[in-house]
Amino acid sequence: MTSDPSGLGRGGAAALVLPALVLIGVFLVFPALWTIYLGLTDYRLTGLAAADPQVVGPANYLDALGDERFLGSTWLSVQYVLGSAVIGQACLGFAIAWLVRDRRGPLRRVVEGVVLLSWILPGSVVAYLWIALLDRDGGTLNALLNTPGAAWLLDHPMLSLVVFNTWRGTAFSMMLYAAALESVPPSHLETARLAGASAFQQLRDVVLPRIRGHVLTNLLLISLWTFNDFTPFLITAGGPEGASETLPVYVYIVALRDGELGVGAAVSFLILAVNLVFALVYLRLLRARGRDADVPAPARAATRTAA
Amino acid sequence: MISLHGLTKEFPGGVRAIDALDLEIADGEFFALLGPSGCGKTTLLRTIAGLETPTRGRVAIGGVDVTATPPGRRDVAMVFQDYALFPHMDVTDNIAYPLRIRKVPRAERRARAAETAARLSLAELLARRPGQLSGGQQQRVALARAIACHPRAFLFDEPLSNLDARLRLEARTFLKRLQRDLAVTTVFVTHDQGEALALADRVAVMSGGRIMQVGTPAEVFQRPASTFVASFIGSTPMNLLPGEVRGGGLRVAGARLPLPQEAAGLPEGAGVVYGVRPEYVDLSPAPRPGAFAGRVAVLENLGTAHLVTLEVPAEDGEPPAGSEPGGATVQAVVPEGGEPALGEAVWAAPRHERALVYHDDVLLTRAPDRAAR
Ligand SMILES: Nc1ncnc2c1ncn2[C@@H]1O[C@H](COP(=O)(O)OP(=O)(O)OP(=O)(O)O)[C@@H](O)[C@H]1O
Ligand SMILES: [Mg+2]
Repeated sequence: MTSDPSGLGRGGAAALVLPALVLIGVFLVFPALWTIYLGLTDYRLTGLAAADPQVVGPANYLDALGDERFLGSTWLSVQYVLGSAVIGQACLGFAIAWLVRDRRGPLRRVVEGVVLLSWILPGSVVAYLWIALLDRDGGTLNALLNTPGAAWLLDHPMLSLVVFNTWRGTAFSMMLYAAALESVPPSHLETARLAGASAFQQLRDVVLPRIRGHVLTNLLLISLWTFNDFTPFLITAGGPEGASETLPVYVYIVALRDGELGVGAAVSFLILAVNLVFALVYLRLLRARGRDADVPAPARAATRTAA
Repeated sequence: MISLHGLTKEFPGGVRAIDALDLEIADGEFFALLGPSGCGKTTLLRTIAGLETPTRGRVAIGGVDVTATPPGRRDVAMVFQDYALFPHMDVTDNIAYPLRIRKVPRAERRARAAETAARLSLAELLARRPGQLSGGQQQRVALARAIACHPRAFLFDEPLSNLDARLRLEARTFLKRLQRDLAVTTVFVTHDQGEALALADRVAVMSGGRIMQVGTPAEVFQRPASTFVASFIGSTPMNLLPGEVRGGGLRVAGARLPLPQEAAGLPEGAGVVYGVRPEYVDLSPAPRPGAFAGRVAVLENLGTAHLVTLEVPAEDGEPPAGSEPGGATVQAVVPEGGEPALGEAVWAAPRHERALVYHDDVLLTRAPDRAAR
């Protein structure tokens, strides 16, 4: 009985998980393998190679890795992730969560409402809003700053995208950190305050050690989302001159606009690999944390008293 | 010395947790704040610490007004009910944390932490994390952290309430000795009156954000200033029976009792509350003058004694003003072996020199003189 707690028997258990396995195989594993295969061919959207793709081996991968444009896109993606996710969303989200942490009432609800709104609006809508905001002629920002004719999207495309994505994604970090801060016992912060700790020392000594897991989870998720984010295409279409062509935009342009499906598949697979690396690093960190995490024990003591 | 003047704390929403409270706590004193749940003890302690800002009134520590001083500069240490040990630091780092904030060099603060830990028999546990300690050990680490930085005052918020009954007794004795050795002013919040009486030099009994009585444990126990304090203090609640002045004596629950000298000025028919602790009630199987006649309704075993609850039937005549028509309940503590049987008719005679008489909720009886004790 010990090896079969559900009592289904081996066959019954297999029958139970089979549909899920089939779905995963059809919709996840097969496309991934197919992408790897395509990446090894000269498959194109149109033309001769579309009808009869030839296997060209690792040429697509090697070409991509040696291609200026690919490397440039990678660097832009790194800027986009570091600037808008790690620095923008995570820091701003934490700052807002920290500042409203013991506020109740209208102020907090208004702040949360505004921040959330930017998050729940559809991507196409916010893209349009930002184009309207940053437009050279008649853009709202130029009217506000009284800088007619400033072409934000042309002169500072990456900066514009970083600000945009920070604005768009901060809500998630804010909510996650707000929930994490709730888990910091007030008595711990008060003990530090009584010892004379400054706000920075309270953060360093009490808050951060406690919410490390939340910080990791948050950074992983927003890094992945931002890395794979395609909304920049809706705002700048990768331009001007590829100055805002992050990797997902690059794949789209190469594979679907230029029709080089084989190269696109190869780059897609590289993106997938980057995602996997993110996830592995995260799992590693999380496991390391699990080892030295100690549950404080007043709860344990309390149960003993009750007994 | 900690002095509070007209201290009031109102929370948003109109809850007045502390109400125009005045209090002086002497240097080196072990002072207990005692009261039922929600009476404002924690709020008062937190206001002294500076974690709450009073709505009105002043707080002075050592003669200096600290009402506007942030908690970190008041030089007080607080031990919270949950101990608030930092789970990611080992015992040494926890104890040394306030020293670290004060920029004491690392070697010195480790030495001081080790020294304090040794004093609290924690020397073996210095490298452990709080999660690897028992409740009693955690409580001592929290104490050590408070002690190691040599504050002007300790503020303890129910530090023993998470311990089991036996450990709590040990910790109590330990705490008392420690405080005596250190001679640091200590304010101790508890809702356990036994703890307050056992530990404190002086006790303040609170209710509804006000102080009902301040005094030594003996004063508060023997001469509770109001019926609230009388009913709150004591391991078995005091018998508080309505009665009235009649014919130069007291008429209480069917018994005729002598009128104490201090109550002689009361007019005929004046309503009083007659209080006597169950420990000062003697039972006898035969009728006696000045005793309540009743039937044994409940028997509770206290270990070395029994708590006997008597039903005293309503009087034949009109009941005294304020008493329930259904008769009264009188409790008595009888030593082992002397307990009556359930349902038996017995007579309960209060010891008059121990009785307290309240009129308009003011204690009339004076302290018994030495001869009477
Ligand atoms: N932050 C707060 N906001 C609003 N009301 C509060 C707050 N803290 C305490 N109160 C109220 O103030 C009153 C006193 O609370 P306090 O915590 O001081 O009671 P206590 O005597 O310590 O009770 P206990 O023995 O249960 O700990 C209570 O009525 C409580 O509901
Ligand atoms: Mg409390």
